[in-house]
Amino acid sequence: MTDTLLAVRNLSVTYPSDDGDVRAVRNVSFILGRERLGIVGESGSGKSTTGRAIMGLVGHPGRIEADELRLGDTDLRGLSERGFRRLRGQRIAMVLQDPKYSLDPVMSVGQQIAETHRRHLRSTKREARRAALEMLEAVHIRDPERVYTMYPHQISGGMGQRVMIAMMLIAGPDILIADEPTSALDVTVQAQVLAILDELVRSRGMGLLLISHNLHLVSSFCDRVLVMYAGQVLETCEAGKLADARHPYTRGLLAALPRLGERRAELPQLQRDPAWMADIA
Amino acid sequence: MANATASAPAPGSARAWLLSPSPASRTQARCGRWFRAWLGFRRNTLAMTGLGIVLLLVLMAIFAPLIADRQSTTLQVLANRLQPASWQHPFGTDELGRDLFARVVFGSRITLTIVAMVGVIVVPVGLAIGLPAGYFGGWVDRVLMRITDIFLAFPRLVLALAFAAALGPGIENAVIAIALTAWPPYARLARAETLTRRRAEFIQAAELQGASALRIIATQIVPLCLSSVIIRLTLDMAGIILTAAGLGFLGLGAQPPAPEWGAMVSSGRQVLLDQWWVATIPGLAIFIVSLGFNLLGDGLRDAGDSRS
Amino acid sequence: MHQAAGILVSVGLTFLGLTCVTFFIGRVIPIDPVLAIVGDKASPETYARVRAEIGLDLPLPVQYWRYLVKVVHGDFGNSVITSHPVLQDLLQVFPATLELALPALFIGVVVGIPMGVLAATHRGRWPDQVIRLLSLLGYSMPVFWLGLVGLLMFYASLGWVGGPGRLDVGFEDIVTPVTGMITVDSLLAGEYDVFWNALSHLVLPASILGYLSLAYIARMTRSFMLGQLRQEYVLATLAKGLSPWRVVWVHALGNVWVPLVTVIALTFGSQLEGAVLTETVFAWPGLGLYMKNSLFNADLNAVLGGTVLVGVVYIGLNMLSDLIYPLVDPRARDQ
Repeated sequence: MTDTLLAVRNLSVTYPSDDGDVRAVRNVSFILGRERLGIVGESGSGKSTTGRAIMGLVGHPGRIEADELRLGDTDLRGLSERGFRRLRGQRIAMVLQDPKYSLDPVMSVGQQIAETHRRHLRSTKREARRAALEMLEAVHIRDPERVYTMYPHQISGGMGQRVMIAMMLIAGPDILIADEPTSALDVTVQAQVLAILDELVRSRGMGLLLISHNLHLVSSFCDRVLVMYAGQVLETCEAGKLADARHPYTRGLLAALPRLGERRAELPQLQRDPAWMADIA
Repeated sequence: MANATASAPAPGSARAWLLSPSPASRTQARCGRWFRAWLGFRRNTLAMTGLGIVLLLVLMAIFAPLIADRQSTTLQVLANRLQPASWQHPFGTDELGRDLFARVVFGSRITLTIVAMVGVIVVPVGLAIGLPAGYFGGWVDRVLMRITDIFLAFPRLVLALAFAAALGPGIENAVIAIALTAWPPYARLARAETLTRRRAEFIQAAELQGASALRIIATQIVPLCLSSVIIRLTLDMAGIILTAAGLGFLGLGAQPPAPEWGAMVSSGRQVLLDQWWVATIPGLAIFIVSLGFNLLGDGLRDAGDSRS
Repeated sequence: MHQAAGILVSVGLTFLGLTCVTFFIGRVIPIDPVLAIVGDKASPETYARVRAEIGLDLPLPVQYWRYLVKVVHGDFGNSVITSHPVLQDLLQVFPATLELALPALFIGVVVGIPMGVLAATHRGRWPDQVIRLLSLLGYSMPVFWLGLVGLLMFYASLGWVGGPGRLDVGFEDIVTPVTGMITVDSLLAGEYDVFWNALSHLVLPASILGYLSLAYIARMTRSFMLGQLRQEYVLATLAKGLSPWRVVWVHALGNVWVPLVTVIALTFGSQLEGAVLTETVFAWPGLGLYMKNSLFNADLNAVLGGTVLVGVVYIGLNMLSDLIYPLVDPRARDQ
């Protein structure tokens, strides 16, 4: 069994509003070891917020509450902003969706990668540059010296996402949260980026939390799957055993997936049962 | 929270009609949007202050003869010159014995006139240039934008000075000079708005129906541009008032004995040290009005942002 | 470079436009320039002769061309009052205006930008409210009124600063002009008494202009910063574990420079405009006061010459910001 890198029990994220509190995440619990855990759900299901809550990136006025929120030995509950800053990038990292928007447009990509290294390992410019070049090679970018000096608008989406991965993994975190890492990419490029993620996570013995709306992607890439809806986890199961899922929402999602070679006349529409919104006891 | 239930409108009331989530007609939807924007605006105290100031200006200008005695604006009672504030003269008297309060009140008419005249010129001119540029694109766009850029590069006050040197001082020339340098941002704005809507499907639908370009521009695009143009105009008003006052200060606006605020500040300079109110109070009026338009403009812009 | 060529074409066209307008204004004057020379008792032949001499019988485009050539050579004619070439007068008064505008711009940038950043990062809290209020007051105030009030308070009542004019009477003509800016020249000459006196006269008008530019720059910086702080890359840099200081002042501000450069150029331009009014209030013998006096003395050559000068500076500023743009924004550079 793998050791527990991240333990989450009854995590809730609440936002106050004019009409009363909005609970974006309700009583979410899971354990992440050195494995690939996928969180799947539609927009508004709270999956991204869960990831941000773990990183301490839920802004004011959002409130985070949990019975347990532990990264290794560190209790994340009530951790100060400074405490989180030490963790981010070094022990836990996050890759965002669209490199067009998530990279600083006026700084070269190499410098952005090196920046993480300098921050956490207190390296010199030269050391950081070398580490960044190594990282660029690790994500299979050819001619890393040239790409180092390029700017985000000059590189393709796939390359940008690899830069993003390099930037976030260079300081050697234990856990990576990937929030829709391939949703902004062309289908052909998606596979490449996923392969790189796969290789790095495996070789470094990391835990990966993959957040996506794409059930097919999550089920094929991850070991275990969490299905979220309206802020709650409706079902947890192993990726291989998804077909045996019991919750009607999951079954509805599966049924709505088109498959090559099948002969259905119509894809069934997911019928939402309001009962799914109710708090699970 | 109690808020939610307290503001639920009584069914059948005007408020309910405006806030209805499923409007029955386009007019209703439009009115509803404006009403909601108004509600948001109302919550903004600074914006309401701005609105108050502007309304005060307008009312003062309209009802000037009722507030102060018109004769007092030009009545020189030299024995009474340079008097501080008193019951007969709430703001005191100026260097020629004229009642300062009456002059400030009637001066609001001049300020409002300038503002209105500039607005009436720059908005149509800006739209006339920006709309075709955005709609037709190509060389029309390039030529029109080149012209706009050239005018944008002109220094406003200095150009007004040059105009006044040639044509003589006066309120009309001041207005022309200001308008000449103030229209380019509106052309840019109109062009930007047109470019965004140009490819919209409802425009293409109208084209397919055979509507001419002019008809499309006039009926579909202009209403959409109008709100950002109005916001921009309100924000610019403050600057226009300041420029106009500056011209008046230099003696290039409305000529004496007209009670133009900038000119009043200028003539009060000689007695600044001992009778400070003669120069300070008209300047304060300029400041407050400019502030009012800025607050109002900011408020409108915030309301406009939250609407979209 | 393709870009530089485009900018030059732009500049050239704008300059042409400017000279067109000044030429047009010069032709629109109701005073007949021929009559001004020959008097109203001259014979028709004399009138026709002088008219031909001045070149008024030529077609308009040719007249414009001759005017343009003169302008490019710096020939604006002679000032009616001083009877010097206008260019000479302009070169004498312009440094005085620079002496006001440069410190004002410096204040605006050095104080205004951090204020704007501070307001944006503390949005809704008291630093933001205070800074917004200060800005709002600043760009709602008529500069000439503020100047008068400033004189009243700091000169007449408190005696903290020197009064109108650049120097007290006793200090005039001691320092030979090198740059035309008394503060600089007196330092260069080692005349420290003159320097301090000049400084005491400079402080108030420069601070007032500085406050106005600060107000505008702070407001625009705040607005741009708020826009940047909403972007995804800010979240990403935070996720890297960088300090908020670095995220705001290196990353976000780095992106804010892009539109801010244009704002700063515009602000400097409006300093020159404000100079006309400020110099009138403070009896400061710069370009603004020169133009105003020329105006009231019907010295059209001087007024138009000054207009062209200011216009050229404006154009130069725009060009400068266009050129700086690629330095600040990698997306604007040629691939």
